[in-house]
This record gives sequence, C-alpha cells and structure tokens, in this order.
Amino acid sequence: MTVTPLLEAVELSRAYGACVANERVSLALRAGRIHALVGENGAGKSTLCRMLFGLVRPDAGRILVDGRAVTLRSPRDAMAAGLGMVHQHFMLVDELTVAQNVVLGREPRRGGRMDLARAEAETAELAARFGLAVDPRAPVGGLAVGVQQRVEILKALHGGARVLLLDEPTAVLTAQEVDALLAVLRRLRDEGRAILVVTHKLPEVMAVSDEVTVLRQGRVVGRLDTAATSAVALSELMVGRHVDLSRRPRTTTPAEERLRVEDLVVRGPDGRARVNGVSLSVRAGEVVGIAGVEGNGQAELVEGLCGARSPASGRVVLCGQDVSRASVRRRRDAGLCHVPEDRLAQGLVPAMAVADNAVLGVHHRAPASRGGVLRRAGIAAAAQALVRAYDVRPADPALPVAALSGGNQQKVLVGRELSAGPRVVILAQPTRGVDVGAMERIHAAILAARDAGLAILLVSAELTELLALSDVIHVLYRGRIVHTVDAAAATVESLGPPMLGAGVAA
Amino acid sequence: MGELLAVLAGALRISTPYTLAALGGALSERSGVVNIALEAGLLMGALAHAVVAHASGSPWLGLLAAMAAGVAVMALHAALCLHARANHIIVAVGLNLLAVGTGRFALKALYNSAANGPRVDGFETTWWHAVQELPVAGTVAGTPLVLVAILLVPAVAFLVDRTVLGLRIRAVGQHPAAAETQGVNVLRVRWAALLLCGLLCGLGGAYLAADQHQFTQGMSAGRGFIAVSAVVFGQWRPARVWVGCLLFGLLESLQISLQSSSVGIPGQLVQMLPYAMTLVVLALAASRANAPRALGQPWPAGR
Ligand SMILES: Nc1ncnc2c1ncn2[C@@H]1O[C@H](COP(=O)(O)OP(=O)(O)OP(=O)(O)O)[C@@H](O)[C@H]1O
Ligand SMILES: [Mg+2]
Repeated sequence: MTVTPLLEAVELSRAYGACVANERVSLALRAGRIHALVGENGAGKSTLCRMLFGLVRPDAGRILVDGRAVTLRSPRDAMAAGLGMVHQHFMLVDELTVAQNVVLGREPRRGGRMDLARAEAETAELAARFGLAVDPRAPVGGLAVGVQQRVEILKALHGGARVLLLDEPTAVLTAQEVDALLAVLRRLRDEGRAILVVTHKLPEVMAVSDEVTVLRQGRVVGRLDTAATSAVALSELMVGRHVDLSRRPRTTTPAEERLRVEDLVVRGPDGRARVNGVSLSVRAGEVVGIAGVEGNGQAELVEGLCGARSPASGRVVLCGQDVSRASVRRRRDAGLCHVPEDRLAQGLVPAMAVADNAVLGVHHRAPASRGGVLRRAGIAAAAQALVRAYDVRPADPALPVAALSGGNQQKVLVGRELSAGPRVVILAQPTRGVDVGAMERIHAAILAARDAGLAILLVSAELTELLALSDVIHVLYRGRIVHTVDAAAATVESLGPPMLGAGVAA
Repeated sequence: MGELLAVLAGALRISTPYTLAALGGALSERSGVVNIALEAGLLMGALAHAVVAHASGSPWLGLLAAMAAGVAVMALHAALCLHARANHIIVAVGLNLLAVGTGRFALKALYNSAANGPRVDGFETTWWHAVQELPVAGTVAGTPLVLVAILLVPAVAFLVDRTVLGLRIRAVGQHPAAAETQGVNVLRVRWAALLLCGLLCGLGGAYLAADQHQFTQGMSAGRGFIAVSAVVFGQWRPARVWVGCLLFGLLESLQISLQSSSVGIPGQLVQMLPYAMTLVVLALAASRANAPRALGQPWPAGR
C-alpha cells in the first residue's frame, strides 16, 4: 500500500449552479488494481471521471499523477499523462471506420498524409492482443452496440494508457459481452494498469474489482475492500436503505386480451426482415417479457408495434381494433404507450425542460393544453406530480432534461408513459443505466401498473429483470420466437441456450 | 461540332468561380460550419485582385491579394461563429452585406465611380498564349485559373479523404465531442477549414475580376449562392460538388448560346434557366441526408 498511486484525486469538488456534483471527493488508483465506483444516478460518478480526464475543470482539489500535481486542461493533457477513458455515452464518429476512430488525434502519418494502412495494422494488433474482435475497416455506424464498445476500449488503449477510466462500460452489453469485457479488464489489470470502472451492476463489482468507492450525493460515503463486502451491503450504502429486487407474486389474474400480434413481419432499413412472423398476445394485468441477445429483432418489433415503422405484413390488434397501419398518434390515442430504448434519441427532447418533456405525447389534451394552446399551470402540476412520484432528482421541473443524470432521465420517461393513462405499455430496456434504488422504484411502478390492469410488454436485455417482472417470457432469436416459458419456472441458465439459438434449425 | 465545343468550353470557364467557391464551402461545412458567405469571399477576392493588380500592374500580386482578402472574410466568419458563438447563417448574411458595401465604398473612394474600376490585365502571359494555340485544350482552358480549379478538385478530395487534417475535419463536423475526447482541438480544426475556404473563395474572386478585366459593383452576382447549392447538390463531396458546378456552368453556357442563336424563346426566360435549375436541384437532390451531423451547431455545446 506504500506504492504511489498512478492517479489520485484529492478532495475534488465541482458544482453545476446550485447542484453540487462532487464535494471533496478523494480516490486513489493503483497499478494492478481494479477500482469500482458505484453510486445512485446523479451521485457524481461521471463528473468525477470527467474531471480526471480533463473534460471538466474542478472547482477545488488536486489531481496527482504518479504523486505529482497536474492541471488537466483538456483530454489531450490527460492522455499525455497516461490516461484513457471510455465514456458513458458512445463517443464514436459513425461515418468513420473503426481504425480511423481509434487513431483520431494520434494519427500515424507518412509524409504529409495519413497512413491509413498503419492505422489499420495498429488497430488490428491492439485488438488481437486484447481479444477484442473488430474489423478495422468497418464503418462504426453499422456495428452492433457490443462491438462499438470494443472500439471504445481500443480507443482508450491506443495511446498506451496506464490508467483506464470506464464510465458504465457494461450498461449496454449482453451477459456474454459483459463476461468478455470483464476478462479484458482483468488482463489489463494483470499487465499493471490501474483501472476505474463505474457500474450500476453490483454483481460485476463483486466479480471484478479489488476495491470499491461509494458515492452518494457527491460525497464519498464508503471505501471498501471488495473481498470484505457484499452486493447487498453496497446497495444499502448507495441508496441509504434496503433494496429488494426479488420477484413478487401477482395478486390479480389476467383478464381480457389487450394486445394481439399475428404473424408480424417488420423489415429493417436494408429491406431484410428483422422480425419474421412473430405472434403473441398480452392480456390486461399481465407482463409478457421478450428476451434475446441484442439485435435479434427486439428494436424492430417495438418499432412495428408502436407505429414508428410500418410492418411488411401481419396484424397488430389493440383492444380489438386493428392498428397495423395506424399512425403513432392514433395508436397512442387508442391507449398504447411506449418507453423507447434510446431515451435521448427517441423518448425525450434533451434541450427542453423536464416539465415540457413530462407532457410530450399528451400535450394535445387537457390538462396540458386547451384548444391548441398550452396551459402552463396544467403542465407544471403534471410535472410536479411526476417528479414527486418517481423521485426525480434534482426535483426541479424547469431544468432541461439534458442536465439530469441518465437514471433520472429514465425516471422522467417511464413516469410519463405510465401516467399517460395507457391500456397497453411497451417497455424497451426500462432500467438501462439506472441505479438499484431507481430500478426498484421503476420495477414497483411496472408491477403497480400491472396490478391496475395494464397489459405490459417488456423487452429487456437483463434476464434478472425479465424473471422478476414477467409472467411469460418469449425468447427472440433472429426475428422469431424460438422459446416460450412460464417466468416462474425459468432461470437465467435455462434462457441462455435458446437465446443463442440452441435447438433452432438454421 | 465546333458549336458544341464552344458550349462545353464556356461551361468549364463559367463553372470555374463556382468550383473554387464550392470546394471552399464543402471544406467549411464538412468541419461543421455552415457557410453561405461564399458570395462575400468571391466579391472581396475580386475587389482585392482588381485593386492590387491595377496599382502594381501585376495580376499575380493581385491573385495573392485576392487570396488574402478571402482569408480575411473567412477569418471574420470564424471569429464570430467559433468564438462569439454567433449563428452561422446570420454571420454570413452580415458578411455578404458588408462585402457589397465595401465594394461600393472602394469604387467610390479609389476610382470615384459608382459602377466599375479601371481596366486590369488578365493572367495571360507568353507561355499561356502558347497553350492557347493548342487545338482543343486551348479553347477549353481559357485562363490558367480554369486549369487550377480543375486540379484543385482532386486536391481537395485528397485533403478530405487522405490527410490527417481531412480526417479531423470530418470528425469535428460529425461528432465534435468525440473528437475532443480524443484530444482534437475542435475550434482549431474549424479555423483551418475556414481559412482554406477563404483561400479558395479568394481565388474564385480573382478569376472573376481577371476574366472581366475589371471590378464591377456587385460582380459576384449570386455566384456564391449557386456554389452553396452545388455543395448541397454534391452532398459535401468534392468530386460531386464539382459535377454540380459543371452542371450550372453548362446551363449558363447553353443559355448564352441559345440567346445568340435566337431560336424564338424570349431571352429573359432563357436567362432564368440556371436559377430555375438551382431551385429545382435544391428541391429534388438536396436532401440534407448526408449533411455533416454537427453542421451549424456551436461548440462547445450548452451555454
Ligand atoms: N452539464 C451539467 N449541467 C448541469 N448539471 C449537471 C451537468 N452534468 C451533471 N450535472 C448534475 O451533476 C450531478 C451529477 O451528475 P453525474 O452525471 O456525475 O451523475 P452520475 O453519478 O454519473 O449518474 P448516472 O449514474 O445517472 O450516470 C447530477 O445531479 C446532474 O444533474
Ligand atoms: Mg454517469
């Protein structure tokens, strides 16, 4: 323990207006150690990482590299000091290739021009060394999320970083991809790098880290050795109370059928059928789960159901009404609500206030408007109610959504959709990037909605979430339902093989 | 046959200022800065060329002055958009108006004229006359700048696609935050793109003044805007942008030859052709689908 840390934060503070994101936060990263940083949404984890990487200037405090104080004015300074970072939201230029993204800012040159061949060779070499399979020439925009995450890691490693900061690198990954990533992290640790990893998934913390720092409301509330703690203890430290995410038995029985899907075929932008003959039914008071490895048609299924993409064939019947060709608005008016997977791109308008986001989609009805004119009082009241019910922090409806942490943005979105008075709700990844406390709250809201008689279709990459909430689980593989089980009888292990296509004729 | 060649040669000549300005516009916009101030760049380039060429007697010094003037216009554009975070469109409108005013003022102050300046020599030198003696090439090439513009098309394409600066220009135009997190100085790259744009506009302006052998009030005559539409038409890719410029040049050239052959179509109608075409092209081909994603957005984001 006498070894000088590679990177040390000493009493760093940073405020955004009245919101104190970090208050005297100290943390030391040592060579050959994986340090986990956990905390609720908005606890200040990203802010800390961003300060350490020169993206945000601290108001007070010092940053030490190899024991020497440094001033990081930009990521360039941070990289020169041997740091690399993987950001919470992808920082990739879709139009460029993998290799171009990886070398951007440190491009190999030959004469005056860029040496693309060497960039590709360097990328391939780095990828091979860490077992991160990518094609250096592929345009990044067309890659699956899991592959994009590998590119992010390659970017961070390309400068020869000795310290890696990873902000929620596993949030968008499937279980298999997470395992692969954790293996890479262990390898990097064993090579003597210092690693900081932010995550909401406590089992990952337990599996991979050597020590843990817990943040709450910008302050360090715990600094523990992983070996001496447990996931339960950590979640209580984070949230300040006991958290229960276990499966809760239903008290009501499902009633009439609300959503019926018959032989649905939905094509992707390239014309290929991404959903290929899916039939399912959701009754009032029931949660139907859709499991599957990302990219097996979940996104297109959701788009086809909510009207964002019109199906090539098949029928969508909503409360007895055929809405296969209906617009999004008509479906919404018929009682269909939807929490899209990408909250910032599809669900919310980041630059608009929480209050305005809270009434999007019901803005054309009372109490948000009358006769086409918005009513501020009605909007404010609706927003207040939502902020209170879902414990959105900071509790200020006038803030733009972009200023909220990811988990709080998600609360606004889920809250809005569930309170729009729907009869059927489609939830896509409703707890992505959400802390355990908020997850518990969102899960409770989903179950309350179920008990109130809503029909719920839940698409999630988290098997534990599906198992805790669903009544029935369908496994989607290459656009087809290949497996259907009663959720009470299923386990994470039993869902794995069908998700990977086991037992399906090719 | 001879007539066809004349129309084509005319197209090439007419498209030269479009090409120069549009290549500059493409560079600027690929870096994320909306640029409808190409008109100002052309006009100031033309003015600087005429004034300096007249005063010094050397068209080549005029050319240097024109490039400097174009760079000055785009430096102003950069300062206002990148540092004062002003809206790109509004800045450009201001620059275009400023250019018109400056042209008028300079004519009055230097030559006491409301319409045009004194005669200046073109770039035609002895060796160029030799080129013009060549059968086809001579008719087509016109003046050295026509050739320079053509050579600049692959040069700019190379810059964008194959150089480090080009990669960074593309990156900051698409996703400046990603570029920044990799240590790229977003504002510096945008400055570079805008200064190059100014250089190209200045060349275009010099061509105009040298071609007419004088500076006349408002002589850019909307060419900068045609160049803007060529940028959109060409989806921000140099080769395609050039095709757009050639197309506009061809239409104008056709119009001239139609007018002189007087086939019974009213002249005014024929003169409208390139402009009407601009509208049609913009309406049809100008989907902003391939526009750089961060086009027009201030950096850093937020207040
Ligand atoms: N640019 C900003 N402007 C205003 N407030 C901000 C800004 N960035 C962060 N904040 C605020 O600072 C606090 C900490 O945010 P931060 O993003 O660090 O949280 P986090 O722990 O990473 O949360 P999450 O788990 O949701 O990603 C939050 O209350 C957030 O609203
Ligand atoms: Mg965060």
